[in-house]
Amino acid sequence: MAVIASIALLVTEHRSSKLDTLRLSLSYIVDPLKYAIDLPSALIKQATESFGSYTALVRENANLRNEQLVRQTQLLKLDSLEKENVRLRALLENSFKLGEQVLIAELLSINTSPYDHILVVNKGTNFGVHPQQPVLDANGVVGQVFRALPLTSEIMLITDLNHAIPVQINRNGLLTIAVGSGQLNQLNLPFLPSNADIRPGDLLITSGLGGTFPQGYPVGVVDEFTSQPNKPFANITATPKSLLDRNRELMIVWSHSTPVPLISKPTISEPILNTPAPIVPTNE
Amino acid sequence: MNKTIWFCRVALTIVLAMCLRIIPWSATLELFNPDWVLLTLIYWSLALPERVGIFHAWTIGLLTDVLTGQLFGQHALAYSLVIYACLKLHKRLRQYALMQQVLFIFCALLVSQLLFFFIKNLHHPIQLTTDFWLPVITGTACWPLVYRVLRCVRLSMQTNQPE
Repeated sequence: MAVIASIALLVTEHRSSKLDTLRLSLSYIVDPLKYAIDLPSALIKQATESFGSYTALVRENANLRNEQLVRQTQLLKLDSLEKENVRLRALLENSFKLGEQVLIAELLSINTSPYDHILVVNKGTNFGVHPQQPVLDANGVVGQVFRALPLTSEIMLITDLNHAIPVQINRNGLLTIAVGSGQLNQLNLPFLPSNADIRPGDLLITSGLGGTFPQGYPVGVVDEFTSQPNKPFANITATPKSLLDRNRELMIVWSHSTPVPLISKPTISEPILNTPAPIVPTNE
Repeated sequence: MNKTIWFCRVALTIVLAMCLRIIPWSATLELFNPDWVLLTLIYWSLALPERVGIFHAWTIGLLTDVLTGQLFGQHALAYSLVIYACLKLHKRLRQYALMQQVLFIFCALLVSQLLFFFIKNLHHPIQLTTDFWLPVITGTACWPLVYRVLRCVRLSMQTNQPE
């Protein structure tokens, strides 16, 4: 009986997503355990924060203030650049995606299965998190929301064996796909020919194709390029930019904001040749 | 009253086992982390075969699936099969010396790990490394410990009963 029931469950979950509600309801029972396990490390963190010495805090505060100042000036420039970009795109008759909403989620220090690169964070569907949302940290792309439960959600890292992310080389716009290698510090680029224009040190950014990840976030840095003369594709590896195993705070991004409309509807729409590939498929 | 105390104790040990299952170790230690839930379930099915049944194993397996974010039914299937074997053989197994029990536990854990491998592989191809079998060995090594600890729990339960 039990065997038949579990095989039926396995097959149905493999085929469809009808069992999600059952998983959601069961997760209410199990999720408190995850929080309970996380409690000691959270308490230790809180304790070190509250017993941190005064001078250390003052120093940290000064550093943060300096950093904020630098960032703010950079942001000022970014703002004008963004406006300029929107204007230029208006000339090219493309709409431009702007304004992503982020939610900061904290990692629960628990380990679910050692063979998959999946993290558990403390924000779930009660905060509006939904599957396939991109997840970033301060340095770059971390992964995407794999499964959203009411109180927690599971995040698949870009280095998971089953994860692939569409990327673009920042230097020349070459499009390709970065596939997880199963190791935390390595991505593979398996679909580039041996004569591709790519060198060690090139920055990979998200290309925005596929629709899951917003365009333009850093993913990794190419660190090795070996051409294999007897094979059609070169052997290229990259290192992820984000500190996948070291950070506790992650940002979950909503990138479904509607594209910024063109400044004004252009009156004549003469076809422009050689326009770059549109980033947002929906033209308004 | 008696029955509720019994139920609470068993449930508590299983909750503790689940906690041990997801507690964060360092990356290398994680590979050695045995399946504590299954070990606990095996003990209770051997000690109290009339109370712990396949249905319990199946339900706990389902909860473990949700806890570890695996495909639904994976742990449920493995646990119910192993517990079925335990219930069938419990009379014989209780007579065995600890070393012989350890051998049986090794087989049981190996079967469950094999099932995990098959199910995961059907879902999406995975690399099979030697690391994958480490929890079987550590689980077998942990069995005497689990056995002693849970025996203490059970005996304290029985001495409490007349009062």
